[in-house]
Amino acid sequence: MTVAGNGSENRGGGAPLVRKLVLGALGVLLLVTSGLSFYRHRHLEEPVVLSDGVTEVKKLSDYFDGIRGTVNDCNVYFFEGAEPGATMFVMGGTHPEEPAARLAAWLIAENAVMEQGRLIVVLSGNRSATTVTRLGGAYPPDFAIPTDWGAQTFRLGDRWSNPLDQWPDPEVYIHYPSRQYLAYVDARNLNRTWPGRPDGTLTERTTYALLELIRRENVDIFIDLHEAELQYPVISTIVTHERGEELAIFVSMMLSDEEFNIGTEYSPKNLHGLSHREVGDASQAISLLFEAPEPFLDATRGRTTREQLLTGIDEFVMKAGEHGLLFEHIDESGWPIDVRVGRHTSTVLQTMEAWTELYPDRPLSCRGVPRYAEVIAEGLGHWLHDPSEAAPGRLVTE
Amino acid sequence: MAILQTLITVLYYGLIAYVAVILIWNFSKTRKWEQEVLYIIVLIPFLLRLFRLK
Repeated sequence: MTVAGNGSENRGGGAPLVRKLVLGALGVLLLVTSGLSFYRHRHLEEPVVLSDGVTEVKKLSDYFDGIRGTVNDCNVYFFEGAEPGATMFVMGGTHPEEPAARLAAWLIAENAVMEQGRLIVVLSGNRSATTVTRLGGAYPPDFAIPTDWGAQTFRLGDRWSNPLDQWPDPEVYIHYPSRQYLAYVDARNLNRTWPGRPDGTLTERTTYALLELIRRENVDIFIDLHEAELQYPVISTIVTHERGEELAIFVSMMLSDEEFNIGTEYSPKNLHGLSHREVGDASQAISLLFEAPEPFLDATRGRTTREQLLTGIDEFVMKAGEHGLLFEHIDESGWPIDVRVGRHTSTVLQTMEAWTELYPDRPLSCRGVPRYAEVIAEGLGHWLHDPSEAAPGRLVTE
Repeated sequence: MAILQTLITVLYYGLIAYVAVILIWNFSKTRKWEQEVLYIIVLIPFLLRLFRLK
């Protein structure tokens, strides 16, 4: 770094001091406006109006102290059923650039009432990743869902933890404990750091804490909600650990017959760090991962806008489809957010029903959560409740 | 790994602060308007990172 030495030129004309003051003021203005935008995104509070069925709200750090006070010390919502049964854990926000996953979990948190069994819900599995968007990607920082009482704004996030919370990245990410080599950036990917470790990075400590939750609460079924680009072969499907094979196929058959097409895929045994593999291997829980289609994620998409995020309409992705490059159908109607969220809520509810048929001595039943057709008919905003009318003690923020 | 990351992060923020000071110094000393504009534009991401905004 050299200090400017040839200061004799003044080709701009005018008084240099005045010019410096003006340019400096412009610089401060740019810094303040951009800084405020980033600050507001990172600190936007998202309201959750607790369903009558929420019996307790814990913090993730209640299961592992090493996460306490960090950005990833997320809320954990408990729904205790009127009658005993199995325990299901539904998690959104593993990849917060996949908003249908968080929103489906939101609808559950605001509407579910368990009649049999117990439900645990997390809306922000990787909360750090909800505070940043794809660097250099020109993503919108947030999006709004129209509701019956106005619009509710949510943070749009990224696939990876915020570099402000975990940095630097290694040259190559070596997964613990398998020592499998993965892409460097996946050191910040919550779905590449399972089962985690207590003395690891923030993302590894988060998965460790989540796994502690699964073990200590004796979770029977763990569901990790996602969305996928249409150019990715693992789409519109349930990825299952081998112990969940029967359950996943049963759910897939029922949904494909009655509501929408959804497949089943096995978790590869030699691909490490993913929830459907590691949670199933390291705990008593059956681990499932649901994928819904999200054209916003496709590399061939057009402008990356809020509209595209919510409508799932993109002429360039459609063009890719015309050339046979996609693993899911797309047309002029796109993949609206209501459709994507409805797929997830119905798949969760169908999993409860299928589980209860397979294990009637440990049932799961839930009311209040809208299924696919209801979400599409009413719009998902209909199922989000007005925070200003929340009963005392029934409003929390994510 | 975590300790190493913390150490590198601290050094990194020190480096950012050092470069930011140099940029401000150069901005104050240069008399070319093109360089003044350049220094301001280059400085902003350093400050955003230093203040942990981005």
